[in-house]
Amino acid sequence: MIIGKQKPFEEIWDMIKNFKKVLVFGCNTCVAICHAGGGKEAEILASMLRMRASLEGVEIEVKHAAIERHCEPEFFEPVMDNVRTSDMVLSLACGVGVNFLSERIGNIPVYPGINTEFYGAVPKAGIFTELCAGCGDCILHLTGGICPIARCAKSLMNGPCGGTNNGKCEISQDVDCAWYLILERMKKLGILEKMFEIQPLRDWSTGMYGGPRRIILDHIEEVEAQEERKGS
Amino acid sequence: MKSGSNLEKVLEGGYFAVTAEVGPPKGTSAKVIQRKGELLKTYCDAMNVTDNQTAIVRMSSLSGCVILKEMGIDPVMQMVVRDRNRIAIQSDILGAVALGIRNVLCLSGDHQRFGNHPTTKGVYDIDSIQLVQTLKNMRDEKKFICGEEISGEVPLYIGAVETPFADPIEYRVKRLAKKVNAGADFIQTQAIFDVAKFIKWMEMVRDEGLDKQVHILAGVIPIKSVGMARYMKDNVSGISVPDEIVTRMEEAKVAKEEGVKIALEIIEQLEDIDGIHGIHIMAVAWEDIVPVIVERAGLLPRPIL
Ligand code: SF4
Ligand code: SF4
Repeated sequence: MIIGKQKPFEEIWDMIKNFKKVLVFGCNTCVAICHAGGGKEAEILASMLRMRASLEGVEIEVKHAAIERHCEPEFFEPVMDNVRTSDMVLSLACGVGVNFLSERIGNIPVYPGINTEFYGAVPKAGIFTELCAGCGDCILHLTGGICPIARCAKSLMNGPCGGTNNGKCEISQDVDCAWYLILERMKKLGILEKMFEIQPLRDWSTGMYGGPRRIILDHIEEVEAQEERKGS
Repeated sequence: MKSGSNLEKVLEGGYFAVTAEVGPPKGTSAKVIQRKGELLKTYCDAMNVTDNQTAIVRMSSLSGCVILKEMGIDPVMQMVVRDRNRIAIQSDILGAVALGIRNVLCLSGDHQRFGNHPTTKGVYDIDSIQLVQTLKNMRDEKKFICGEEISGEVPLYIGAVETPFADPIEYRVKRLAKKVNAGADFIQTQAIFDVAKFIKWMEMVRDEGLDKQVHILAGVIPIKSVGMARYMKDNVSGISVPDEIVTRMEEAKVAKEEGVKIALEIIEQLEDIDGIHGIHIMAVAWEDIVPVIVERAGLLPRPIL
């Protein structure tokens, strides 16, 4: 899922302090699981902002709300009228949600209340780790299921580099060396010799370096269009 | 001859090679490079110019190499994949060849987080093994990565580095084989202090037959002080400094002289290892000691080929 982290309170306060009617708008999917931007966090943040406003002696109406997902239009429908009554939205959704709402809300600014960090998992409560970089051309079958693109600090295809130290990455003793993990895993799977082949240069254009990506599923689009025709 | 560089001639001629390292300045003065070049000129066969080592911005390796070249020195241009994508890499190689640079050493580069611009974006478009492969392809097939033709020759002597004691150690020899298969002509290793361990590693290298396919130059760092010995032992991954060396430095009356002695003893043992074809001296901020070491190691005069 998408992992996010709430922005520093001061940064958020600077974003909202010149508005009169603020909606703190949470998303109850990914960012709720990582305790950054769900309904609960929206409620807490809204009350902190209200307190700050009264301390500063400024009048700001801060409301809060949350919907299930900020990345599909139907979830917004029931709340849009209400959302439009504010003069700014502080979105606690991931960057996808902020973009998506910005394009739909007309003249009202939508600001990000969280920093969208990475695609990660929750190995333990309160710990989130990056495991995939969405590169658009998955090679996990070649690397024992451990991603060198997201998890090697240099995205090496033929690692490990000379910096690996007791299984840790050269950048920090707190970070596992992905290539060390890959080799251990390949050994366990009995296919270490696969690592002796030189992996070719990557085609990065399948990832974020090829410009914004879009996927169109023709068959789904067609079905939707038919339904619409039937309906009318 | 693949490149006709002095280093290639020395190694292919079966001589025991000596290379040294020149760190370019954090500034614009060609004199800094010229001074080091003048100092080391007759004491080594080629000089490496580092490429923004430890991710700290310095004069480019390419320009440092050109300055040395103008002095009649054979430069080794170090190239890291941290700062350049495949377009910049290939373009710099064309320029380097045009300017007479013949030796290129391929490295990943220290992560940008260590340097003086830790907020930058690392490139890492290709890795160091792929860089070796790319250079070989440019030289032998006269082709760019995309497959298009290069006009003109690309005479290069291709180097790669090896950190024998970085873990997992059992895999390091295999990875060296990958570099050799990719097209490395010579290898410069990380500094060796634990010669016994290195001898074992070289046995594995010979078992794989790699010593017959590539020239291995063992890295030597003269230790200037006990602090430096401790620092390398504790902080530099892939360098294994035996306790005995730290103790010797601690007990030495004149630390620098002890450091030189240790370096000389290491060189003597390295010379005896089957498959070691030279040494690469990295006297960071202590370049003046290189002539002393080379002379006292009995490695003079350097061959004129
Ligand atoms: S190879 Fe690409 S898609 Fe697969 S896990 Fe890594 S970044 Fe994600
Ligand atoms: S130490 Fe491992 S994870 Fe870190 S950059 Fe090197 S190969 Fe990648």
